[in-house]
Amino acid sequence: MRATFERRRHLLDFAVRSLARRPTKNLGLVAVYALVVFVVGSVMLYGAAIRREAAAMLASGPELTAQAMTMGRHEMSRSADVAALKGLRGARRIEPRLWGYLWDSAGAANYTVMVPTASDTAHALAKGEAIVGEGVARARKLAPGKMLFLVSPSGKFLKTRVKAILSAESALVSSDLVLVEEGDFRAFFELPADAWTDIAITVTNPREVTTVAEKAGLKLPGHRFVSRADMSRSAEALFSWREGLTLALLAGALLAFAILAFDKASGLSAEEKREIGILKAIGWESRDVIAVKLAEGGLISGLAFLLGVIGAWTHVFFFSAGLFEPVLKGWATLYPRFPLAPTLDALEMATLAMLTVLPYMAAILVPVWRTASADPDAVMR
Amino acid sequence: MITLEGVTKVFDQGRHNQVTAVGGVDLVIADGRLTVLRGPSGSGKTTLLTLIGCLARPTTGRIRIDGEMVSGLPERFLTEVRRRTFGFVFQKFNLIRGLSALDNVVLPALPLGVAHRPLVERAFALLDHFGLADRAELAVENLSGGEAQRVAIARALINDPAVIVADEPTASLDGARVGQFLAIAEELRRSGKTVLITSHDPRITEAAIVDRLVTMADGRIVEAAP
Amino acid sequence: MTARAPSGRLRGSTVTAIVFGGLLLLAAGLGAVSLIGADTAGRRDRAAALVAELALSDLALFTEARYTRNPALADLHTPFQDGPASLEHFPTASLIVAPRGLPAGRLEAREE
Repeated sequence: MRATFERRRHLLDFAVRSLARRPTKNLGLVAVYALVVFVVGSVMLYGAAIRREAAAMLASGPELTAQAMTMGRHEMSRSADVAALKGLRGARRIEPRLWGYLWDSAGAANYTVMVPTASDTAHALAKGEAIVGEGVARARKLAPGKMLFLVSPSGKFLKTRVKAILSAESALVSSDLVLVEEGDFRAFFELPADAWTDIAITVTNPREVTTVAEKAGLKLPGHRFVSRADMSRSAEALFSWREGLTLALLAGALLAFAILAFDKASGLSAEEKREIGILKAIGWESRDVIAVKLAEGGLISGLAFLLGVIGAWTHVFFFSAGLFEPVLKGWATLYPRFPLAPTLDALEMATLAMLTVLPYMAAILVPVWRTASADPDAVMR
Repeated sequence: MITLEGVTKVFDQGRHNQVTAVGGVDLVIADGRLTVLRGPSGSGKTTLLTLIGCLARPTTGRIRIDGEMVSGLPERFLTEVRRRTFGFVFQKFNLIRGLSALDNVVLPALPLGVAHRPLVERAFALLDHFGLADRAELAVENLSGGEAQRVAIARALINDPAVIVADEPTASLDGARVGQFLAIAEELRRSGKTVLITSHDPRITEAAIVDRLVTMADGRIVEAAP
Repeated sequence: MTARAPSGRLRGSTVTAIVFGGLLLLAAGLGAVSLIGADTAGRRDRAAALVAELALSDLALFTEARYTRNPALADLHTPFQDGPASLEHFPTASLIVAPRGLPAGRLEAREE
């Protein structure tokens, strides 16, 4: 028992001493490796955190949104459409929404201009008042009491006084909002009094969403009904592993690292082969040699993994994944600054380890096993 | 006692470049004596040494160590025998570069799981015995040829093996160092160890301390003094 | 023959234990600070209340184009409004997938 422990400890000592012989090379390897773990880990932690955040926040949104469609394009709904839905069974709340996008050339940003729904007393506005999201306030350096001027594409002006700024806690869903009063909105966008962007339907029993959508579809055949499942699905798909640019970017890094690992591990240098031969010749068993080489690999990948994970965690949860901002921002000016809620997910960590540590260890094991199983004199030749 | 019966070693068997390095050797090596395998380079003496030392397995024939058949053992058990029985001093010393003399000396003992402190003390005592106390912490590539050889001998002795095997020990030593090596070899034999040396160096083969001289040529024994 | 074995050397395993132990402590500390310090539930509740009040339907994460701002509510063909084969040109659009809900319309062929 004690001998087994002492043996392992000796082998670990030797592995450390062996690595310490080439400090620059091995520290460089740890650094590159840690960087890969950091990038992959940041993407994973960020993606998971934002998916959780989106799921938690959007869960209280409307179950159904009805959009009028004309020739495959989104069209305004009419007050008559809203009236047609009145008395829809299973619907708790049916409210037309007024919102639209505005390209603000002064701030070079896209805003979502919106009118608070009639039942929303918390954000009730008087004429000439506005409530803005955190991103808008940041882009235009706004504070409560300051003036916000908007210019519509057709050249109309809207002059508003900022009543309040939406809390940064909700920036993920509200960063680009500009809330204005209904009359201001209609005048600004030159919208007739009976036109609405779409209709939000809150369903009493979430399990009946499909039934309610079918019934509503009969009443409004020209509308399409988007369920919250569709919306959260598109939120789910954000950064999900199979998708898009992130993976493409990472694939390059992973590939470069794979080549590095392969080169390092598969092609045992003549020097390393000679050393294995020496160790075998002086009485080491194959399993001792393999244990030492795995310990070396474990030290490098373990160290890199820990450093990378600590870095990724700090980056995502203490700096709101700031390094990703340029990628996530695209050409947009507004980008929400919001805190992400950390959650320790064992499965996530295991996946990260599988993606980074396992391939490296496997790449080490095979060539060492082959070299270590040969007769030592053949190795030394 | 090590017994060889009809031992052969063929490299690249069945291929066009097949080489018979050792062709049918019968030999008995007695315990506690200093035996020298003599012969020109290419005579097969180093190959024979690797076979005796269990570093390689013979193509045909039998090798017994103290009555135990070792020639047919699988690699794992062979390692066990090797580590229990032999201490090797290789021609090029085969020290691991980058490690200190002390770290090289303890190497063969690491997989045995002995306690750290006594092991280091024993290794240091061996180095001290060979006059290398002040070289213990130096990386081995900074040692002279003679010092490196003594480190290699200390390493061969760390597990206290019964047989010390040295391949061309004087190949890279100057005159004075040869005398030093012979003194160590004699001391080892006197302490009861079996010493087996290959050499074509007359300073070794004609030394007074040699108990037995075995001459090889073309993979066979041509002369074996009793 | 009175030289003493060097004793002050740190063993590799000890160094390993110190380094890994230190990093694990650091990781645990970071984790604890961020997990314990955050008022996650309260913050999410307040954000969810805003979503309910305003009947919001999507994340304000990508504001550069209308089909990235509200992917579920965008016209299905907006990414291709310049032509069915036109290349995607908003960078963030490549981070999200197209909504799966197809428009509730159908083609009917009738014999006259």
